[in-house]
Amino acid sequence: MMAAIILVCSIVFLLQFFVSYCRSLIAASIKHPLSAEVQDVTGIKNSATGDDFARVVQLLQLCPDRPEDRSGIQAIGAYFGLLGAVRASVARLIPSLRAWTETERGQCTYFAAVTLERRIAFSRDMFAQQLET
Amino acid sequence: MPGPFAYIIWLVGLLCEAAVVVCALKRRAFRRYLLLNLYMASAALSELGRYKILALYGFSSKQYQYFYYYSDAILTIFLYFALCTLYVHVFSEMKAERYVKMGTLLLLAGTAIFTYAVVLQSSAKFVTHFVVELSQNLYFVGLVLTYVLWAAILKLRETRTRLIQLVLSLGVYFSLFAADYAIRNLYPQLSSVFVPIVQIFGLFLPLAWAYAFWRLPEEARLVPSRLAVIPR
Repeated sequence: MMAAIILVCSIVFLLQFFVSYCRSLIAASIKHPLSAEVQDVTGIKNSATGDDFARVVQLLQLCPDRPEDRSGIQAIGAYFGLLGAVRASVARLIPSLRAWTETERGQCTYFAAVTLERRIAFSRDMFAQQLET
Repeated sequence: MPGPFAYIIWLVGLLCEAAVVVCALKRRAFRRYLLLNLYMASAALSELGRYKILALYGFSSKQYQYFYYYSDAILTIFLYFALCTLYVHVFSEMKAERYVKMGTLLLLAGTAIFTYAVVLQSSAKFVTHFVVELSQNLYFVGLVLTYVLWAAILKLRETRTRLIQLVLSLGVYFSLFAADYAIRNLYPQLSSVFVPIVQIFGLFLPLAWAYAFWRLPEEARLVPSRLAVIPR
C-alpha cells in the first residue's frame, strides 16, 4: 500500500518537475536570436512549428555534439514526445490544450535550432583551432 | 558479470560526474555550489571504488554488494545535504541558514528513526537492511523536500535560471529513483529489468547539472511562474 502511494506521488511529481524543467530549458534559449545562416538551414524564419522538429534534430545529429548539451536535447526530445502523445489523445477533445501543445512543440523546435547554432559555432571553433596548430 | 552496455553506461556516468565539477570550476561556480560539486566528486570516486571492488571480488561477491549499498547510502545522505544548500540559496535573503540547517538535521534524524523502527520488526541482517531502507526513504524525503522548494521558488518569484534548473533536475532525479524503488517493492520479480534503466536514470543528474553550469551564467534570469504546469 505504502509503495503504491509512493509510486503514484513519484509519477505525479516527476511529470511536474519534468515539464517545468523542459520549459526552463526552452525559456533560457528562447531569447537567443537565430543567425541568418541557421534560419536558412532550418527554414525557420519567424516562428518555429512542431512539424520541423524531426528535421532540425536530424541536422543536429550531423554536427559533433558536446556532453553538456546532450541532456538538454534529450530532455526536450522526450518532452516533444510527451506533447505529441497529449496532442494525439486528450487535446483532440480540448481545443485550448491543442493550441497550447502546438505552441510548446514550436518552442521545442526553436530550442533544437538554438542548439544547432551552438554546435555549428563549436565545430567552427574546433576547425579554427586545428588550422592554427 | 556486467555486460558491455553496463560498462559503457558506467564510464559515461563517471565522465559526466567529472564534467560537472570541471564545468563548475571553469564557470567559477564551484564554491557557490560547493556541496553539489562535492557530491558529484564523491559520486565519481565511489564509481571508481565500485569498479575496483568489482574487478577484485566479482559482481556477486558480498564485498561488492556491501560496498555498493553502503556507498549508495552515504551518497544519498550527501545529496540530501546538497539539496539543503539549495534551500539556503533560495532563502538567502531571509537569513534563514540556521533554521534550514537545524531542520535538515532534524528531518534526517526523523527519517533514520522511522527507518530503524521499520527495520527492527522485520530483519535478521539489521545494519545492511537499515542502510538500504534509509537510502530508499531518503529518496522519497528528498523528493518531497524538492517539491516544497519548487513551491517556495514559485511563491518567492525566484528568478535565477541556474538555481531553478538545478532544483528542477534534482526533482526529476529524486522522482525517478523514488518511483524505481516503489516499483521494485511492488514487483520484486521486475528488479533485474530495472537495473539497466536505473543506470540510465543515473546519468540524468550529472548531465543536467553540467548543462546548468556550462550553459547558464549566474546572472541569467527567467520568470518562474511561466514554468509551472498550471500557470500562476
